[in-house]
Amino acid sequence: MVKVQVYVTLKEGVLDPQGSAITNSLHTMNYNEVKSVQTGKYIELEVEKTDDLEERVKEMCEKLLSNPVIEDYTYTIGEAVS
Amino acid sequence: MKFAVIVFPGSNCDDDMVYAVQEGLQEEVDKVWYTEESVADYDAILLPGGFSYGDYLRSGAIARFAPVMESVIEEAQKGKPVLGVCNGFQVLLEAGLLPGAMQRNKDLKFICRPVELKVDNNETGFTKSYEKGESIIVPVAHGEGNYYCDNKTLQHLKENNQIVFTYQDDINGSVEGIAGIVNEKGNVLGMMPHPERATTSLLGSSDGLKLFQSILNHWRESHVLTS
Repeated sequence: MVKVQVYVTLKEGVLDPQGSAITNSLHTMNYNEVKSVQTGKYIELEVEKTDDLEERVKEMCEKLLSNPVIEDYTYTIGEAVS
Repeated sequence: MKFAVIVFPGSNCDDDMVYAVQEGLQEEVDKVWYTEESVADYDAILLPGGFSYGDYLRSGAIARFAPVMESVIEEAQKGKPVLGVCNGFQVLLEAGLLPGAMQRNKDLKFICRPVELKVDNNETGFTKSYEKGESIIVPVAHGEGNYYCDNKTLQHLKENNQIVFTYQDDINGSVEGIAGIVNEKGNVLGMMPHPERATTSLLGSSDGLKLFQSILNHWRESHVLTS
C-alpha cells in the first residue's frame, strides 16, 4: 500500500471567502503581520501500488477530487508501506 | 408531457418539484431514483435542490457520477429540456453541462429568503412566459450559490445571451449577480433560486409557475401542434 497526499487549493485570482474570514479574525486578534490566508483541502488516500499509480492519481484529482474551474491540486506519493 | 425528478441520496426539494408539476401544470411526473439507468422515456428532466451525498467534497461533485447522470447528460446533449435548481444547478456545473463553478457565499452565511430576480433572457424554453426585464420574487436557500466563472467564460455567456436570471441585489457574491444560466443550445437551465417553491400565492409568490408553464408551452409548440 502507498499513502497518497492530495492538496486542493483555489486557483490564483479566485476569491477565497473562508480565507478572508480567517484573515479578518486573525487581525481582530492583533496578528496584523498576516497579509492573507488561503484555505484548501487535504485528502489522504491509501492506495494499492500499481505501475500506473501516478497517472491514476492525476485522473482522480482531475475528475473528482478537485474542480479544475476554480481549483488547483498537488499531490505526493509516499513510500510503499505494508 | 412527462417529467422526471431525479432523486439523489440527500435531495430534499424533490417533492416540491413534483408538486409544481402536478399541481401547477397538471402534468405527469415521476421521481426517478439515482440508480436508474435511463431517463430516455421522459420529456423533461428536473434536478431538485438539497444536499446530494451530503455535499461532501464539493456540492454536486459526487452526484455528478451517480449512475442516472450518464443518461441525463446524454438526453441533455440531444436537446431535451433539463432544469437544475440549487443543488441541481451545482450538479449541472460539476457535470460540465453548464460552465463555471460554485463557491461559498461571500459572507459565508446560508441565505434563505425570497429575493427579487430580473429575467434577463425571456427567449429560452424556460422563460418564454415572462417579459424581458420582468422583476420576479423567488426564494433562495443556499450556502454555496456564489457563481464563479473566468472573464473569458463571462464574455461568452454574454455574447450568447446565456445569462437568464440575475439578482437585483448582490446577495452572495456571484459574478455579475448571476442567478441562472442556460447552455449554448438553451435546453439546459441551472438556477440557484427555487421556482418550485413559488408556484402559488399561498407560498408567498406564484412567480415561479411561469417557468414551468414555459417548459410545457415550449414542448407543446414543438410536439403537439405538429402532430
